[in-house]
Amino acid sequence: MLPDSQVAGLNQSKPRNSAVLRITLRQVLDFPGGKVAFTPQMEFLSESPEVRSPCYRVLDEYGLSIEHSSFAEVSKEVAIKMYSDMVTLQTMDTIFYEAQRQGRMSFYVTTIGEEAINIASAAALSISDIVVPQYREPGVLLWRGFSLQEFANQCFGNKGDNGKGRQMPAHYGSNKHNYFTIASTIATQLPHAVGAAYSLKMDKKDACVATYFGDGGSSEGDFHAALNFAAVLEAPVIFICRNNGWAISTPLSDQFRSDGIVVRGKAYGVRSIRVDGNDALAMYSAVHAARKMAISESRPILIEALTYRVGHHTTSDDSTKYRSADEIECWRVKRDPVSRFRKWIESNGWWCDETEMELRSSVRKQLLHAIQVAEQAEKPPIRDLFTDVYDVPPANLCEQEKLLKETIKRYPQEYPAHVSV
Amino acid sequence: MLGAARQKMLGQSLQRIRPMEKVFRSYSSAAKQMTVREALNSALDEEMSADPKVFLMGEEVGEYQGAYKISKGLLDKYGPERVLDTPITEAGFTGIGVGAAYYGLRPVIEFMTFNFAMQAIDHIINSAAKSNYMSAGQMTVPIVFRGPNGAAAGVGAQHSQCYAAWYGSCPGLKVLSPYSSEDARGLLKAAIRDPDPVVFLENELIYGESFPVSSEALDSSFCLPIGKAKIEREGKDVTITAFSKMVGFSLKAAEILEKEGISAEVINLRSIRPLDRSTINASVRKTNRLVTVEEGFPQHGVGAEICATVVEDSFGYLDAPVERIAGADVPMPYAANLERMAVPQVEDIVRAAKRACYRYVSTAAAA
Repeated sequence: MLPDSQVAGLNQSKPRNSAVLRITLRQVLDFPGGKVAFTPQMEFLSESPEVRSPCYRVLDEYGLSIEHSSFAEVSKEVAIKMYSDMVTLQTMDTIFYEAQRQGRMSFYVTTIGEEAINIASAAALSISDIVVPQYREPGVLLWRGFSLQEFANQCFGNKGDNGKGRQMPAHYGSNKHNYFTIASTIATQLPHAVGAAYSLKMDKKDACVATYFGDGGSSEGDFHAALNFAAVLEAPVIFICRNNGWAISTPLSDQFRSDGIVVRGKAYGVRSIRVDGNDALAMYSAVHAARKMAISESRPILIEALTYRVGHHTTSDDSTKYRSADEIECWRVKRDPVSRFRKWIESNGWWCDETEMELRSSVRKQLLHAIQVAEQAEKPPIRDLFTDVYDVPPANLCEQEKLLKETIKRYPQEYPAHVSV
Repeated sequence: MLGAARQKMLGQSLQRIRPMEKVFRSYSSAAKQMTVREALNSALDEEMSADPKVFLMGEEVGEYQGAYKISKGLLDKYGPERVLDTPITEAGFTGIGVGAAYYGLRPVIEFMTFNFAMQAIDHIINSAAKSNYMSAGQMTVPIVFRGPNGAAAGVGAQHSQCYAAWYGSCPGLKVLSPYSSEDARGLLKAAIRDPDPVVFLENELIYGESFPVSSEALDSSFCLPIGKAKIEREGKDVTITAFSKMVGFSLKAAEILEKEGISAEVINLRSIRPLDRSTINASVRKTNRLVTVEEGFPQHGVGAEICATVVEDSFGYLDAPVERIAGADVPMPYAANLERMAVPQVEDIVRAAKRACYRYVSTAAAA
């Protein structure tokens, strides 16, 4: 029997004998929200688990299948495309980054270290699934067929850019590839994704939405709203978090105190999993399974992919200022997702040194050529300054465009020669 | 004098306005009376019926029939898939609405008041207004954001701000503000059908006011053009521009001025963005004097833009400096007497018009 002092603080009648105590313990009450069992023990749920949520992994760091691992089968074709695209993404990042450093491009965002998350998740989705990216997922667009020339065109903001030179480099978007145009605002894409998923559901489409965000983005209010709403609306959306350890210079310990992002799924009533983001096979399997669940059960799924941001936040950042060069080097070389997957496809007899050399030199050539072409191409015509503000250009903008054209005609020497009106 | 005027003000904002011939001669035939609430409800109903892509989302819009009963009956008629009650997350449901619009649906997002929309303003500006431009036409946003704007009665600083100037400055948005029931019907239908994002600023105090509606306006295909102001009352001595509730005040001021021999032309802006500069300028070129009226804060307000546009296009026609009537430059106080002093009243408009006509006597003498 509990001493009176302990029981007094609990909002129940004091049990005077064990029979009454037992009845009290078996009682549950129907609060708004459902039945809840009572307990006379005052226990606070711990702020951190004794054991952190385990991380799903299928390939070890030598690229060999772990025994008794469960994963989705990947055909030779798909595996080779996955690997080729990872290499292409890696090479594109290297070359475009260098181009920015040489002053040929104003800005760039690399995805170094996160190639597996990009490509493997893309491979597990179908083209009818809508992708709503943050800004470190060009690999998904690459997988879907966006060409290297198109990437370069957007970065140089030339007239071949399907974005009409409206945005900074690396802000890709393509309706054709079902990839929402990237915006710079953090985490705003999360509620957008839920809205799009809800619309897919209303249209009864056999498709889902996949949206990406980083560890930093999970602190935004939009993350909370999106997860909460997705659960309430029962929207078929896959939330993929690239937990890469850094939000510019903010390490995880300054970002949140929870056990990463995976535990938050439970808080919102969202099924979730933690995955080794540098294991392409594990990523593929998790997204593959998530997609099935999202569509057939009409529910959101949260995937936390653990990884490391090997590159700087963007070309405007020098991450050696806030982290050790050794740490970066370790992840870049020893934990490279690309070479890890290479070992796996080689062990299957699907790849060798020769094909490796061929691929890398071919991709490098294509990229250098793409940059050259993009750099020399004309910029978008002046009329693109005024279009797409509204569906139909308003009177004031039409007037201003006319005035601008006349002024350019009258004072051609004041305006750059290679820009058409 | 102030006490009696305040009584009159409060009384009229709670009663139906009796129709006056001058004001309504422009309607084809005053067939039926309709409150602004009924006008908005019928417009929503008809547009949801005509296009299955249109859906309504907001707090209390479903089971509660709408915080102000604007969406009464819609949940029963269209079901929970098209009338969504949301959790309390303006940023959340606005973002979701934008996402649905990107996909191709036509959401109508209701804010309990536009004060709360500030929590969602990043999505309104950065996600809705700019997306068509940023995506080079790939992502259109046929969305409507609607709800009460500006001062109500006795709700204090965080429930009384007017956002017309804030949204009106942003390219990519269209901003409308209806006054009468016909305005409410025609403009809301136009907003829902428009492919661009529209901010639709209503007024809580006019929801219950009744206006005559022509039979043309009752037709389900009725629509008013966006970007066209309406001359509510013709005049020749001074132009008064206003929107929403201030149109009613301006019309009353015009009657008072009439008795004193000043013929005022009252323009109901209807559209804050695009602003109907040609109608405003044509009127000023006729009257040569301008008074702008708004409830919102004076600095960087709608009146400032109207003044600038008239100075740019019709400077030579002005016979007097432009007068701006706006709310007081303070957060809205609660106490009834203070609130009354913080919002424009009919006599403020009358005095401003007289000043513009050089018929003004200094405050010291008038007290």
